[in-house]
Order: sequence, then structure tokens, then C-alpha cells
Amino acid sequence: MEAATVAPSDAVRAVRKAASPPEVVMHGLRPAPRGWLSWLTTTDHKRIGIMYLVLTFTFFLIGGVEALIIRLQLAGPDNTLVTPEAYNALVTMHGSTMIFLFFVPVIAGFANYLVPLMIGARDMAFPRLNAFSFWTLFFAGITFYASLFFHPPAAGWTSYTPLSDDAFSPDGGIDAWILMIHLTTVSSLAGAVNFIATIHNMRAPGMTWGRLPLFVWSILIYSYLLVLALPSLSAAATMLLTDRHFGTAFFDPAGGGSPLLWQHLFWFFGHPEVYIMILPMFGIVSEVLPVFARKPIFGYKAIAASTVAIAFLSILVWAHHMFTTPTAEVVLAFFMLSSFVIAVPTGIKIFNWLATLWRGSIEFKTPLIFAAALPGLFVIGGISGVMLAIFPIDWQVHDTYFVVAHFHYVLFGGGAFALIAGLYYWYPKMTGRLMSERLGKLSFWLMFIGFNATFLVQHSAGLSGMPRRIYDYAASSGWGEYNLISTIGSFILGIGVLVTVFNAVWSLKRGQVAGNDPWHANTLEWFVPSPPPENNFDQIPRVRSLEPMQDLRAQVRSTQGQPAGTVAQPVAPTR
Amino acid sequence: MQAKTRRRAIWAAACSVLAGLLLAAPGAFAGVITPEKGGSPNADDIHTLYVIVLIIAIPIFLLVEGVLIWSLIRYRRRKGGPQPAQIRGNTPLEISWTVGAALILVVLGVITFVYLDDIGNPPASLPGGFQGAQFATIDQPSPPRSGGPTLRVRVNGQQYLWRYEYPDLPGPNYSYYELVVPTKTTVVLEVTASDVIHSWWIPKLGGKVDATPGYVNKTWFRISKPGRYVGQCAELCGPNHADMRAVVRAVEPAEFEAWLRRHRIDILEAQQALAQQRQERARRGDVQ
Ligand code: HEM
Ligand SMILES: [Cu+2]
Ligand SMILES: [Cu+2]
Repeated sequence: MEAATVAPSDAVRAVRKAASPPEVVMHGLRPAPRGWLSWLTTTDHKRIGIMYLVLTFTFFLIGGVEALIIRLQLAGPDNTLVTPEAYNALVTMHGSTMIFLFFVPVIAGFANYLVPLMIGARDMAFPRLNAFSFWTLFFAGITFYASLFFHPPAAGWTSYTPLSDDAFSPDGGIDAWILMIHLTTVSSLAGAVNFIATIHNMRAPGMTWGRLPLFVWSILIYSYLLVLALPSLSAAATMLLTDRHFGTAFFDPAGGGSPLLWQHLFWFFGHPEVYIMILPMFGIVSEVLPVFARKPIFGYKAIAASTVAIAFLSILVWAHHMFTTPTAEVVLAFFMLSSFVIAVPTGIKIFNWLATLWRGSIEFKTPLIFAAALPGLFVIGGISGVMLAIFPIDWQVHDTYFVVAHFHYVLFGGGAFALIAGLYYWYPKMTGRLMSERLGKLSFWLMFIGFNATFLVQHSAGLSGMPRRIYDYAASSGWGEYNLISTIGSFILGIGVLVTVFNAVWSLKRGQVAGNDPWHANTLEWFVPSPPPENNFDQIPRVRSLEPMQDLRAQVRSTQGQPAGTVAQPVAPTR
Repeated sequence: MQAKTRRRAIWAAACSVLAGLLLAAPGAFAGVITPEKGGSPNADDIHTLYVIVLIIAIPIFLLVEGVLIWSLIRYRRRKGGPQPAQIRGNTPLEISWTVGAALILVVLGVITFVYLDDIGNPPASLPGGFQGAQFATIDQPSPPRSGGPTLRVRVNGQQYLWRYEYPDLPGPNYSYYELVVPTKTTVVLEVTASDVIHSWWIPKLGGKVDATPGYVNKTWFRISKPGRYVGQCAELCGPNHADMRAVVRAVEPAEFEAWLRRHRIDILEAQQALAQQRQERARRGDVQ
């Protein structure tokens, strides 16, 4: 922006406390605009990021309440808490909310806030497009939840045809679902293009691809995957819309269409979607573990390369969601083998994280604990994933609670735990204050115990024959105990989440002041004050390695006591 | 050194006990940590395949959790503890775990293909099976050619019940709710649906197949012991999806023949009664 330069001596101030390494502080900053109107009209990536995070975590809580009602209904056999219609609506709202309104956009929230800071940019490439992405998401949520007032969708988050066609779901709920899909797709695509342009073009001088933080790598790949996968869903949703209202028969066998076409188009999007959600979580873990183990990430290149490999392979495995459909065995075999292949780069990442912790000096802060839970829990989902990929086994467990357990181990045990690690890790950067460690650890243990109690037994429920998406089961089925344990677990999990929510709100005013770099981290976002000024960097430091903050710290250390003019790094303007 | 070998021995013992338990008494775990079995050979084969995969998976699981927990405890920050090792990678190590992971998956693939044939293809009926069974030619994909006479059943899913019909036996012979089949006979199901997608699944009789409008999907079972085998629809098909139960009742072949004869007469009588009623009404001039 208006960069009036001052003497370098003023620019870098090394604060040496007794025990802590020097900190790099920037000053001479513009005050940010205030007032609620400034939020509505902002194009600042950080404010948009915060709005994304608040909105998506709100959807997370709404989806969580829906999940708890589902669990209450299933707590015992022959329960009549909700009607069958309401139950199917709850399942559909829960799944759709968690995938489309929470998980995919929450990543956009973190990425919006962090990508420009981590690559040393002053904003996203297209700030107004960025605001557009956010507001489109906002209206997608409103469109979807407005259906509560007439007729919520009830065909599952996958909206399989013909059930979702007008003959069997004549009410407007499915249309609300389709519109929500369209709006979130537009939002995600605009966001993806923005991230791609930003990461390709706006990296700090010296930040080569080999020095790009792994979180930013994962956001780049997330964006490319969105661009590759989402059009298939958009097309399918549009075809469903015209089938429902304009007399086409893409998915209607009576008119020469095929219900299987829907499944192919849906899963061509759907499987990449799961990696769209998990790769950025892998990115968060790859940032957090090295900082708290005080070790560089093990196998940086292997992790970045496996991210790319997973993304490529993920568009070749979609029909492993369709092993029970009428499909030739040779096709099933192909999709089994391609799913196997994707397990290899996934395994590589897990081994790399373990090796990062190995021989480290691990500091048990809340972000580390949540991040370390990912390999521990994800491996269970990965193993059950490989089992599901063996299609004769899938014939037994497809569409049962075994699958429900599988994807919650990967998405909640892996995904959401990593997400909360990211929240604890970057909260001080966003707010200037640390979250409470004690509440953080309490939240972790509640969530960890609650999560495993909820989902471990669901493997058994599925193996003993319990299909998913049923509102009720008979006492004679023998599923009562599993479900009761699961319901109790889900409430412990819910309390654990609430502790973190409370922690985030409470720490806003009461948390310990964080300073620029409370964790002594590696990446550039910790170079700027917390919270960062509107223009992020007055001058962008040159990047010389994967851990620019360590270089800066070393530099400040080495120039201490020397003429400050020899510090070549940041030059901050004043106003 | 000695402690290390002892630890290793304990690990090995624990693993082999677990593996032994799994191999020796898999029946006891059916439905808890393994799928259901015991009704039909394909269910049993899927169960065996699953157990093998589980046994391969357990050491991997223990390795990952073990190294994770060990590192977290052993390398936690301590006053005067060792400096963290500044290692950025180790190419031989990284290559070896990549190759290792790939090899395990190759093994899994081979084992799957070994079992696939038995799971997918309907075998011949057992001696003493139902005599009316036909030499079916199944030239559609999955499951292909059978080894002998089989009994064909058309299964049609509708919100929220199943309709069964024996196309090769004298008709009319359709029925609802309960599928009656002879024991010792290979039964090939041709599964479809007439409204939305459903999924046919009796856990003890093998895997599920989707009943998709416009498609015919195939599966089979062969029951040795008479009895009732229950399952339920496994694909969301509307509000009452949970109530769409499926029952297979297996009876001795002779009993099956008797049932079939009686059932056919019942249907014919009912149809006659209905036709009479209609005629009656038509004569009285009732609007249909
Ligand atoms: C080792 C890698 C993985 C393999 C081999 C794998 C395999 C599978 C298979 C075969 C299914 C279909 C099961 C069925 O419906 O019968 C499935 C379902 C699913 N997986 Fe995975 N998976 C893997 C990793 C993941 C990851 C990383 C995620 C997400 C973060 C994920 C999320 C899901 C979801 C959401 C479903 C259920 C979709 C639905 O029916 O609603 N999986 N997985
Ligand atoms: Cu998948
Ligand atoms: Cu159903």
C-alpha cells in the first residue's frame, strides 16, 4: 500500500526475554476500519476468513445437533422420538450440512486467512471475488435451511435417483438441496480459482515450490481437485433439476435414462470430495507436528508429492462406492485395484508424520495433541477403507454402519481433530490471544473418548447386519447395546466440542496475550503481528528455506549488538 | 539387548495369540469383528477373506499406534533432554516403506482374486437338492456360468416389500414377504426393482446386491440347513426403508415341492374368486 519507508533500524526490533529466542516485530501499521458495515463490505482476506470460520462452525454446530437427535432416536430399539420422515430429513440435512456447508468451506476459511500470510502476499489475487465466494456460501446455507419451513430434503446427502426424482420426492426439499449444491459449487469454484491464482503468482520472493509450506501445497491441490470434481456434481444436479421439472429423463429408466448415471456422476465428484476435505487436514498436521516436535518435517518432498499423487488417483476410484450395483466384475476389479493404489501415498504420509515425531522434543500443547490424534485415528479409517475396497467384503458391509464408522474415522477422527488442531494453532494469530490450554486438553480428552465410544462399536453394528439410514430397529436384532454405547459416546463427544467452542469465545477477551509468534513456528504468518494489520506485510521478507521464521530469528540473533542497518530484512512504513 | 529380545518375544506372542484366536474361533466373532456367515458358502468365503485381511491389518495397526504412542512418550520435552534430531528425510527408509505398503496391497489383491471365483460364481447344487432345478445359462456378468442345475428366482423390490417368482417352475407361483427355497439347491437370484433402488441383503447368505429399476443384478446362495434367514433392505428407499424386511425360509426339497403345489393352487383359487367377483359386479352394473 502507501509504503513510506523508515530507517531499517526502526524496522526490526529484537525482543530478547530471558529465556525466549528473539522475536521479530513489525510496526508502523495502518489501523483497520471498524463497525459492522465494514464487515459486510470487506474484501480483506482475513476478515473474509474469519466470517467463513464463524459461519462454517455455526453449520458444524447445527449439523452436530442433528447428529445428536439421530443418536437419541437410535439409542434403543423401537424408539419413537422422531417420525420416519423426520429421521430421513435429519440424516440428509446432517450429511449435506457437514460436507457442503461445513467441511469444504471451513477449509476455505482457514485458507483465506492463512494462504496470503503464509506465502507473503498482501491479499488474495481477487479480493472481491473472494467476498463473492463467502456471500454465495452464506446464501447457500440460507436456501438449504429455508427448506425446513416447507419440506426438508430426505433422500440422503447422496440424493440417489429415482428416490430424489419428482415421482418419489415431489416436495421442494430436493430442489432446495439442488440449489444449495449449485450455490456452494459456485462459491467453491470461485474460491478455488482464487487460491490457484494466488498461490501461483503471489508468493514471496524466494518461495520456490520446494519452499512452499505444506499447508499451502494442500490448499493448492484442494483447489485443483475442486475444479476437477465439482462440475460433475453441478451437471448431475442440473440434470436432476430438469428431470424433476422439465420432463427430461436422464435418470428415469421409464424414459430411457439410468439411475446408475446419477451414481457415476455423483461419485466422480464424491470420491475426490473426500480428499478435498482431508488433504488440507493433512496439511495442517504437516505444519503443526514439526513446530511442536522442534524438528523439520520428515520427507517434505514425499509429503508434497504424495498430496499430488493422491489427488490424481482420487479421480480414478469413484466406482468403489458402487460395488453392489449391477456392474461387470472386471470393472469392480479395476476400481478395487485403483483404490489400493491410493492407499500407498496415504500410508507414506502417516509414516512421515511418525518419523517427524521420532527423536523430536515434543511439547504437549493442545494443537500438537489434536494433530497427533490424526495418524492414530485415521489409520483405523484407512484400514477399514482398504477392506471396503475389496469388493467381495464390501458386498457384506456396504451401506451398513461399518461404512458409517469408516468415514467418521477418516473425516471426524482424522479431519475434525486436525481442524481443531488448526484452530488452537492459529487462533492466537487471528485474535492476538491464546486459547486456554487446560480447557483445550479437557476438550481433547472428552472428544477422544467420546469419538471412539461413538464410532468404534458402529463397526460391530454394521458387521452384525445393521444397515445405515434406518430410523428404527427391532429389539431382536441385537443391535441395542452397540447403539446405546454409541449414543452415550456421541454426547461425550458433543460436550468435548462445546468445551472448545466455549474456550474460543472465552479466550477472545480473557486469553493470554499471544504476541507475534507464541509457538516459535516456522512459517511466514508468524512474522506479522497478531492479529495482522490490514495489509499484512509492509515489506515482504525474502524466503531462503522451508522455515523462513527460523532464518529470520537466526538473523536477528546474529545481528544483535551490531549496527541495526545491517539487518537486511523487513522495512516497515509508518503513517 | 536382552530386554529388547524379551519385548520382541512378548509382542510376537501377543500377535500370535490374537491371530490364533481369530483363526481358531472366527465363528464366535461373527457379527462382532467379522461379518455374518453360516448360511451359504459365499457368506463363509467372504468371512474367511475378511479374517485374512484383518489378520494382515492388525500388525500394521499395532505398528502405527505403537510407534506413535512410543514417540509421544519417549520423546516428550524434558528438562535436560536430548536435542531434537534435525533430520529431514531418509531416502532408503522412505523407499522401503513405500515398497512395503505396495507389497502388502499386492498380497491383498492376490488373495482377493483367489477367493473371488468361489464367492461370485454359483456352484452346483448338492446331491439331494431340488429336482426341478434347471441347468441355467447365465451369460450376463456377475455371477457368470454356474457349474450345474440351479433354481432361478426373480426378486423385485418395491416400496416396501419384496416380490418373488420362480420363472422356470409351473406358474403362477409369485409370493411376497417370504422367499421359500429348497435346501441343498443353488438358488440364483435375479434382482431388480420397479420404483426406487433397494438392496437385497441377507447377511448370513452372502453379500448384498442393489435392486435397481431398469437393471437385473444377480447373486446366489445355497443353504444346507433348513431354517429362517432374515435381512433387510440396505439402500435408502423412502420413509419406511427401515421396515423393508427380507426373509428366506429354507425347507427340504420334498417339502418345497409340496409347498409350491399348494401355493400354486392357492393363487389359482384366489384368482378365480377375484374373476368371479368381477363378473358378478359387471353383471350388477357396478362401476369398476
Ligand atoms: C485408504 C484410503 C481409502 C480407501 C481405500 C477408501 C475406501 C472406501 C470405500 C471402498 C468406500 C465405499 C464403502 C461403501 O459405501 O460400501 C468408502 C466410503 C467412504 N469413504 Fe473412504 N476410503 C479411503 C479413505 C477415505 C478418506 C480419506 C475419506 C475422507 C476424508 C473417506 C471418506 C469416505 C466417505 C464419506 C464414504 C461414504 C460415502 C457415503 O456412502 O456416504 N474415505 N471409502
Ligand atoms: Cu471413495
Ligand atoms: Cu430400503
